[in-house]
Amino acid sequence: MSDLFLTVLLTLDATIRVSSPLILAAMAGLFAERSGVVDIGLEGKMLASAFAAASVAALVGTPWAGLGAAIIVSCSLAMLHGFATITHRGDQIVSGVAINILVGGLTIILGLAWFHQGGLTPALNNDSRFLSITLPFAEQLAFIPVLGPIYKELISGHTILVYVAFAVVPMVWWVVFRTRFGLRLRAVGENPTAVDTAGLSVIKLRYKALLIGGVLCGVAGAYLSTAHNAQFTRDMTAGQGYIALAALIFGKWRPLTVMLACLLFGFLDAMAVRLQGVAIPGIGEIPVQFIEATPYLLTVILLAGFIGRAIPPKAAGQAYVKER
Amino acid sequence: MKRDTRITWINRLLLPLLNILTAFAVTAIVFWLIDVNPIEAAEVLLYGAFGYEEGIGYTIYYTTNFIFTGLAVAVAFHAGLFNIGGEGQAYVGGLGAGLAILFLDPTLGAWVFIPASIIGALIFGGLWALIPAYLQAYRGSHIVITTIMFNFLAASLMVYLMVHVLRDTGQMTPQSELFPTNAWMPFVHDVAAGLGYNIEASPLNLSVFLALVCAVLVWFFLWQTRWGFAIRATGKNGTAAVYAGINPKYIIIVVMCISGALAGLVSINELVGYQHRLIIDFHVGYGFGGIAVALMGRNHPLGIIVAALLFGTLYQGGAELAFEMSNISRDIVVVMQGLVILFCGALDYMYRPWLIRRLAPVTKQEEFVGAAI
Amino acid sequence: MTDAFAIELTDIDKRFGAVHANNKVCLQVKRGNIHGIVGENGAGKSTLMSILYGFYQADAGQIDVLGQAYTFTDSHQAIAAGIGMVHQHFMLVENFTVLENVILGSEGGALLAHGLAAARKELTRLGDEYGLKVDLDATIDTLSVGLQQRVEILKALYKGAEILILDEPTGVLTPQETEELFRIFGALKKQGVTIMLITHKLREIMSITDQVSVMRAGQMVAHRDTQATSREELAELMVGRKVLLQVDKNPANVREPLMKVKRLTVADSQGVDRLKDVSFELRAGEVLGVAGVSGNGQTELLEALSGIVPMTSGTIEVLGFKMDAKHPLTPRRLRELGLAHVPEDRHRMGLITDFSASESALLGYHTDPKINSGIWLSNSKVEANCQALMQAFDVRPADPHLKSGNFSGGNQQKLILAREMERSPEVLLIGQPTRGVDIGAIEFIHQRIIDMRDAGKAVLLVSVELDEIMSVSDRIIVLCDGEISGRINAADADERTLGMMMANALDPIDPLQTMDDQHASFQQASSQETQA
Repeated sequence: MSDLFLTVLLTLDATIRVSSPLILAAMAGLFAERSGVVDIGLEGKMLASAFAAASVAALVGTPWAGLGAAIIVSCSLAMLHGFATITHRGDQIVSGVAINILVGGLTIILGLAWFHQGGLTPALNNDSRFLSITLPFAEQLAFIPVLGPIYKELISGHTILVYVAFAVVPMVWWVVFRTRFGLRLRAVGENPTAVDTAGLSVIKLRYKALLIGGVLCGVAGAYLSTAHNAQFTRDMTAGQGYIALAALIFGKWRPLTVMLACLLFGFLDAMAVRLQGVAIPGIGEIPVQFIEATPYLLTVILLAGFIGRAIPPKAAGQAYVKER
Repeated sequence: MKRDTRITWINRLLLPLLNILTAFAVTAIVFWLIDVNPIEAAEVLLYGAFGYEEGIGYTIYYTTNFIFTGLAVAVAFHAGLFNIGGEGQAYVGGLGAGLAILFLDPTLGAWVFIPASIIGALIFGGLWALIPAYLQAYRGSHIVITTIMFNFLAASLMVYLMVHVLRDTGQMTPQSELFPTNAWMPFVHDVAAGLGYNIEASPLNLSVFLALVCAVLVWFFLWQTRWGFAIRATGKNGTAAVYAGINPKYIIIVVMCISGALAGLVSINELVGYQHRLIIDFHVGYGFGGIAVALMGRNHPLGIIVAALLFGTLYQGGAELAFEMSNISRDIVVVMQGLVILFCGALDYMYRPWLIRRLAPVTKQEEFVGAAI
Repeated sequence: MTDAFAIELTDIDKRFGAVHANNKVCLQVKRGNIHGIVGENGAGKSTLMSILYGFYQADAGQIDVLGQAYTFTDSHQAIAAGIGMVHQHFMLVENFTVLENVILGSEGGALLAHGLAAARKELTRLGDEYGLKVDLDATIDTLSVGLQQRVEILKALYKGAEILILDEPTGVLTPQETEELFRIFGALKKQGVTIMLITHKLREIMSITDQVSVMRAGQMVAHRDTQATSREELAELMVGRKVLLQVDKNPANVREPLMKVKRLTVADSQGVDRLKDVSFELRAGEVLGVAGVSGNGQTELLEALSGIVPMTSGTIEVLGFKMDAKHPLTPRRLRELGLAHVPEDRHRMGLITDFSASESALLGYHTDPKINSGIWLSNSKVEANCQALMQAFDVRPADPHLKSGNFSGGNQQKLILAREMERSPEVLLIGQPTRGVDIGAIEFIHQRIIDMRDAGKAVLLVSVELDEIMSVSDRIIVLCDGEISGRINAADADERTLGMMMANALDPIDPLQTMDDQHASFQQASSQETQA
């Protein structure tokens, strides 16, 4: 097994792990935006979920309790966003930004008061975390050339939430394009008045969309603090909520392409980390700050629209008002 | 009082007041959640902000920053743009101020350094907003996401520069050389001493007057010039603005540059006025605070000054609070910022229907106004 | 014989804030009838129908459908009671197919597959029965306006409508499509469907309805059997006094051309040509009317001539300057040269509803050196400017501080016209000047347009109202599908000829059958029915 092959495999492995929370958050954003509600608050929901998951997992001793807490917290924030933007028709972006800033401060304040560790939650032991799962026969099949290592390194050995993240994508596709709820969801994002005159509740549909998003963000946040890492740290989402939004735009609001966009981000991030400390002929060592800046730079470049203008759902960003 | 006038009072005074009080009320709940008596906390906070001379100085010093970023966000809002990039623009503005100072001959007088640093801050802050503005205007890239990304990029850039390029070789921490004394914005306590008044030393410096001047200039620009008219028209109705001969792409770029430039002036207060060198993270919190200040002040310079004072108070009071109580950090101010943005921004009309029903209800005579002709 | 009414409304009352939209309105609609409801804009017709459809809830009053009393809290219930509504602005999702649009809200199950198949069968049946044929798998944005309307009707029928309400259905149709629609009405009526037609087009009321009810200022003021009334009586009932349907004017004193449009082509953002190879001249001292059904290139014409939208090809010579695709002139430059533009949609473009009246009165002229002193835009001068405009055009209330959105439609329009006309432009482009404006203001506006023309200015008047075009213009061109399909002097024009021109580029149905002929054939068909 050549070194290059192994390096590629490990990079792809890292890609999958880095992309998982992005995929979950992007799917959350997809439901919201398809229903006509812009959700800048993905970042805040993920962060709050990460905090909730790590805190409760530390207190109760099992990551599942953490996951449950994360989902509850994330859904509550989603409902807050809905209350402001749907019921009171407030500006959707301002609401999302408010939630993000609020969560940024609140997680530290609560963490400090409850755990006295400068804003961190207690480090989780193995019982309180999600651990890697070895799929059946991974070791035994490792000898098969090419496919064996792929199965062992790339496909097997992830935490359960990673598998959940990838399983969610086809589920989301099916719900959005093959069910009654999905039809209504897409209609509400394009022409909410048409939905209203068909006798359906625009408000209820949008709240449902936000709720689903809340659940997905909860999982994403829980993944960060109880699977990928072993505790909550200040601002640990580091902009991934926004990057998920960029992936959503780049992937044109379709589940499969959005997932690919998230994988792309994950891949470039993993690649950049690999290049840390490596001297490139002619340029020298790439400074660590540049490595850190890569995902943000990439987001800007992609948003600059080299893939052409992406057309969002027509009603996205506007509160629904019955016109006189 | 005519109904129209009542509604104006409700919109301009009562609503913002109620929204703030709600934000305070929720903060009190947060205090309760972390086992702190909200009344006690309020007392400590107010004492820290106004109870002693040094504290007052700090309060006004912080207020200055919030005026700059509040104005920055407000100017953008008037054009219908949400500038969340204040953090990054303030940071990079510091680069402009620092470069202007570090590359000029140290024997030059303050009357060269100070204006040069201001111009440097304005230009660099404006430039950092230019790229997201251009991308929004000409490529349709969502300005909210790009400005947030530029915040992160600013952090990477500035740290890199301070670690590798501008570092003061005598120090371990990444920071630039000390500015020559001629390039220091005079402290208020020094000026006061010169005039015969003795007040406690604090970081408060003459930048506060720069901030007030900026507030007046912004007011004049937006409401007393044709460019301000064009900007406000674009923000209210882009199609009508095009009809009126206004070029919206042009407006986006100009407004964002002005906005970035104003945010950049934070560095004058922080670096030229106090730290006297380029340091890491001097800007943290002011960019987002500016959003809260602009929303609370309803995007009007007068309201912004009042709102900035409130947040300056919270910042200084918050520091006192963090000092006195071990389980609170300054992040409580961030919580307040988020709550203010929520209640004064997203939920700003929450109380409106109720207020109008109680205070300015429709009366029989006002039916069918203007329907006939 | 003692059949219940299809619809009976008793004392329906509804307020929106200060506006009393429906004031104790009563209405009785007989089963199987085509019942017209007429009134000016703002009379309350649409509100009444929205209440009937469950979109709004009445503050007071009773609704009886087919003899049963109902309280509708949402459209679902109205649909279940057998009411279907075709709105003025279609309630369709543009990127859904016809099938998906029809089943929205009545999907027949949580999974789509089954519901889609069932709907397909039923829609094919309905299409055959009523002659409502549409490609079920086409997406809405590929269909013509007439076909989109058909989808709306199919939607209502699919959901079991026995009473069909149509709100201003013919505003966006060519005479051909209108004919088709009326034929469909005939087929529906034969099957016992009750039709309620809301319109302000008196000719249509006269030609197709059995009964008509008139609303004015929120109240129901009259019921008539259509055969027992006339256009003039209905117009008077709508307005409350005798109405002048013609404008008195002197013959035109036409001079040199101020604008020459040569082979103008304008494409939209998708690259589709909306205006194709259009050429005409606009001369000083005349009003050139541009007739045509909305959506045939009028908007693009106005916006290209005023510099708002870029040209694809062709040239425009205006006031001594030339512009083409490579050398555009900006709206600002055109204003400086002496061209003024009153846009079709005053809310979208003509003024800014949140601005005060004095600020809206400045729109487009905010760089005027007479109002600016150096960099200072003086508030007192801005207000004075607004006051002057308000005086000149009798805008009420004459308060420059009042928000633009708080003025009535007619006063908003007068303010915009004042703004554009009082600067004495050489060329004036006007789009739909009396849309949503009440009759009194209409007369005033028409007179002002004639005044400008008498003062030697060139006026381009774009309107979908044939009456307006015929009475105000000196010459008329007709736009159809982006091309000029006819040119005629106003003196020689009548509705039949214009109707022919408006349909010119379309299908070869005999265009000689006018509204009156349709009425005759209609009556014949209905009397045959009752005899059988």
